[in-house]
Amino acid sequence: MDMTQAIILTIMTAATPLLLAAIGELVVERSGVLNLGVEGMMVMGAVCAFAIAQLTGSAGLGAIGGMLAGLLFSLLFGFLTLTLVANQVATGLALTILGLGLSGMIGEAFIGLPGLKLVAVPLPLLSDIPFLGRILFNQDPIFYTSILAVIGVNWFLFKSRAGLRLRAIGDSHTSAHALGVKVVRTRYLAVMFGGACAGLAGAHLSIVYTPQWVENMTAGRGWIALALVVFASWRPTRVLAGAYLFGAVSIGQLHAQALGLGIPSQLLSALPYLATIAVLVVISLNRRMTLINTPASLGKSFVPER
Amino acid sequence: MQNQKTETPLLETKGLTKIFGSLRACDEIDLAIAPGEIHALLGENGAGKSTLVKMLFGVLDPSGGEILWKGKPVSIGSPGEARATGVGMVFQHFSLFEALTVAENIALALDGNVAIDRISEEARRLSLEYGLPLDPSAHVADLSVGERQRIEIVRALLQNPELIILDEPTSVLTPQEADKLFETLAKLKAEGRSVLYISHRLEEVQRICDRATVLRHGKVTGACDPRQETPSSLARMMVGGEVAEISGAGLGEPGEMLVEIRKLSAPSRTPFAVALKDIELSVRAGEVVAIAGVAGNGQSELFDVLSGEDQVGDAEAILIRGKPVGRMGITDRRLIGCGFVPEERHGHAAVTEMPLTANLVLSRHTSDRSAFLSGGPLGLINTDAVAKACKRICEIMDVRKSGDDPAAGSLSGGNLQKFIVGRELDRQPVVLVVNQPTWGVDAGAASRIRQALIDLAKAGSAVVVISQDLDEVFEIASRIAVINEGHLSAAEPASTMTRERIGLLMGGFHDGSGHAEVEAAHAH
Repeated sequence: MDMTQAIILTIMTAATPLLLAAIGELVVERSGVLNLGVEGMMVMGAVCAFAIAQLTGSAGLGAIGGMLAGLLFSLLFGFLTLTLVANQVATGLALTILGLGLSGMIGEAFIGLPGLKLVAVPLPLLSDIPFLGRILFNQDPIFYTSILAVIGVNWFLFKSRAGLRLRAIGDSHTSAHALGVKVVRTRYLAVMFGGACAGLAGAHLSIVYTPQWVENMTAGRGWIALALVVFASWRPTRVLAGAYLFGAVSIGQLHAQALGLGIPSQLLSALPYLATIAVLVVISLNRRMTLINTPASLGKSFVPER
Repeated sequence: MQNQKTETPLLETKGLTKIFGSLRACDEIDLAIAPGEIHALLGENGAGKSTLVKMLFGVLDPSGGEILWKGKPVSIGSPGEARATGVGMVFQHFSLFEALTVAENIALALDGNVAIDRISEEARRLSLEYGLPLDPSAHVADLSVGERQRIEIVRALLQNPELIILDEPTSVLTPQEADKLFETLAKLKAEGRSVLYISHRLEEVQRICDRATVLRHGKVTGACDPRQETPSSLARMMVGGEVAEISGAGLGEPGEMLVEIRKLSAPSRTPFAVALKDIELSVRAGEVVAIAGVAGNGQSELFDVLSGEDQVGDAEAILIRGKPVGRMGITDRRLIGCGFVPEERHGHAAVTEMPLTANLVLSRHTSDRSAFLSGGPLGLINTDAVAKACKRICEIMDVRKSGDDPAAGSLSGGNLQKFIVGRELDRQPVVLVVNQPTWGVDAGAASRIRQALIDLAKAGSAVVVISQDLDEVFEIASRIAVINEGHLSAAEPASTMTRERIGLLMGGFHDGSGHAEVEAAHAH
């Protein structure tokens, strides 16, 4: 394996959790719900994945456990904001704080334990392609899931009838309701999908990226995922581009720091954020497209009149 | 007409009632719609028309009474069930999705799994058949109100309904667009479909409807053949008494120049906004100048640059009392004697959660600083003076409210509108700019507001009224201009302006050379 392949692989590993969390949140926000609890759902996914992998001895079961943990946690958000119509921003923030605390408590027994790593699954034939095969087709299942999620979500949103209904709810929940679309049910499903994606993204951190449990190991990635969704103007393909750009610059600046270029390390650490924002702002300069893609009822609570 | 009475009605309601809290929005409504008739539902704002049709379409659950479809009791629990029964609906405030395309908007209302491309084809075919041309791939955000309504109608027709409900369909159309709609309705009737036509425009109802049911305060006050009635007898059923006549008499010779707009252009601020192009307008003391036009043609943008909410690059583009104000903010413009009433009552003209007195201070804290504030630089609110002014405004404008100082949001639309207009009139502004002064306001409140605007002009102020209500425009204006896609036509004396000419100007035909051109424009 040459140096280039190694660097590209690290970039992909860094980008995968961001991509997964962001694509999940994209679906949630397209339905008009703003769930700021991504960080909390991610960290819950991370700790549960690690714990279940330890207890069962299977990293695969750990990944599934992490996903379910994120999903269950998002159901709490759904119940509070969709059924009890609590404020979405406040509930999301509370979910993050609760997730960080709860994961610290659950994870206490696991600190310092060597983790299980989810093994790569080479795809037959495809993984034999020179150079690319090694990078794209000899990866862990969570990576494959993240790419399939982008393709699937893109198809779902823009080609399927259910996706059309979801976008309609995000644009105007009152109009959608008047047409007989099930607003609350669709939003529940979207929130659960977002939770499962965030949970799996967290699992990636604790059983693929760095197979161990460290408190607060998400280190703000949930917030970056949230920002990516907005800057990508709610387009799945742009989320993919944004996540990989962020991953690339994060890894690139680490190498630059190691080379000792004389640039202050703080500036280099800030580079991924600056680069991602700059690129995505340029992409979304077309304000017409941005407005068309922005869910107009984002963050607004829906109470049907009866 | 006589033989229809013996037929089983297509849809019938018996004692249909809807109660919101202590309000009986619909009270024991009996209504019968025969097959193949255009049935009018008449009534003022707040009479319960929209509540009634929402129950018929399954959006609201009735509190009591029953709905019969072809003689059999049915329960319509959702719009989906209404459609399955055979009821289609065209909403007053469109239930369209701006960010989606025409075809997507239509697809949303259809059940079953029809591919999007087939819906496009079907929509194109139906829209041509009924003379309502549509481009299925256009985004709704880019369409005019008339085109949006076509989407709603085609959407309803695609489900092949036996009864189509139209809620105030012509309130947003130009007269020519309305004529087109009437042709479509006649076609639907000829196919044996029934139409429930909701309106408060008597002329239209008399022109196209076979029967009418009149509502007032949630109760049926009359059922008649509108062609046998006179407009005033229908109005009496609707309003329950004579409506005060507005008198524009006494508007004297215009005095000094108070507002001058010269070559005013402003780019659109958002993709959905309209750019203003080379606007020219002058208003003198003692004049009411009305700006007519179909909603969404630059009215709010024009209001925003006049009020100072948006500023223009060229300060000289707007002169008020001779001063260049193009780059002044709202407060500075108020200080030189202007008053402004924006279109949206809730959240723009008034903070709904705050009491009336607070809303009064919010708009007049600087212009009436000496009256309302004390304590010099501390700017303490002089609650007594504010309460007194508030009481005065409410008395003069006959604002009906519960309690001394209720939250603005607790007032009905008409009463809140009277308050926010009265709040400005109370200052006797030299220049008053009002956007849609009586939008969604009942007849009594509307006539009071209109009279107050005329009285202000009589007292020597310049009044600019932006309105899409042509009756209102003709009632109060001394001169009329028409806004269309950000262009403003020259203001012409109201005495020489006709409805037809306004209709043409609304459609962007500035020379007004006649029907041929209009027909040609509708054809594509």
